[in-house]
Amino acid sequence: MTARIGVVTFPGTLDDRDASRAVRLAGAEAVPLWHNDADLKNVDAVVLPGGFSYGDYLRAGAIARFAPVMDTLVDAAHGGLPVLGICNGFQVLTEVHLLPGSMIKNEHLHFVCRDQTLRVENAETAWTSEYREGEEIVVPLKNQDGQYVADERTLDMLEAEGRVAFRYVGWNPNGSRRDIAGITNERGNVVGLMPHPEHAVEAGFGPDSRESGRTGTDGLAFFTSAIKGLLASA
Amino acid sequence: MATILVHVMPKPEILDPQGKAVGAALPRLGFDGIAQVRQGKRFELTVDGEVTDEVLANVRKAAETLLSNPVIEDVVQVKVVREGGCGCGGNGGGKGHRPAPENGAKDLLG
Repeated sequence: MTARIGVVTFPGTLDDRDASRAVRLAGAEAVPLWHNDADLKNVDAVVLPGGFSYGDYLRAGAIARFAPVMDTLVDAAHGGLPVLGICNGFQVLTEVHLLPGSMIKNEHLHFVCRDQTLRVENAETAWTSEYREGEEIVVPLKNQDGQYVADERTLDMLEAEGRVAFRYVGWNPNGSRRDIAGITNERGNVVGLMPHPEHAVEAGFGPDSRESGRTGTDGLAFFTSAIKGLLASA
Repeated sequence: MATILVHVMPKPEILDPQGKAVGAALPRLGFDGIAQVRQGKRFELTVDGEVTDEVLANVRKAAETLLSNPVIEDVVQVKVVREGGCGCGGNGGGKGHRPAPENGAKDLLG
């Protein structure tokens, strides 16, 4: 069996092709999903990629959340479908209330584009099982509205339940509360993060690694984690 | 036809990076004495027919579900502005006063 992972395209999505490529490199079939089509095409998991859906009008992710594909996706996510939201996809997941909190403009107001070190805080989600807890990875980060905020009670709950999936290491690039780079839902099937694992999946195109330039592939395990989980439960 | 204003502001406890940047720019241009700036959003919703309680309730719901995100923003005002009156209390009148857009369609159309 080959796992089938859907990649959603909204108007203004930018990273759907890279996400599909990451899915294929990890060994699954990438299935294009269209914002205006409620049909999830029987996929086994879904990636909401980055970009500027609907031009970030109103708030990042605020309009995308009402797309027909999201109605089906929300139900499926509640049913346990693995869903990964990257950057704008993370913003969509918060707007549609699959994940708590929200993103506001970066504290320093600059657009950030850099290779970012993250610590994997929870290696038991559908998208992180191939990492070790505490492992540090480097993936690209690029955003303007990346400052993760939530009220103290929500932040305390996320910490207590181990739902902070990734934390920024070395430098907090956007002022996110408690250095949070990504979180998961209670069940661990829905994960959202601001940095871009799909841009660190193939030598020659990724971030610099300790060994040499552009050879970093630390993002690939997001996708192999999901695939392994899907095959194990098939 | 009537216009309903919806005024959305970042929650007081949320740092407002845009307002902070505007606040920092003001003294550079010689506008001194402004201690703090917070930047929000103003929506003007024009509705057909009368603004009934039902219409207003509907707009309030829209304000709280789509126009604002309750995690980071508060709806601080939902106000009906009928054509020809801005209902904003006082009419300015000072030097340089210009009619606000809510003064009605005539002003907007020139």
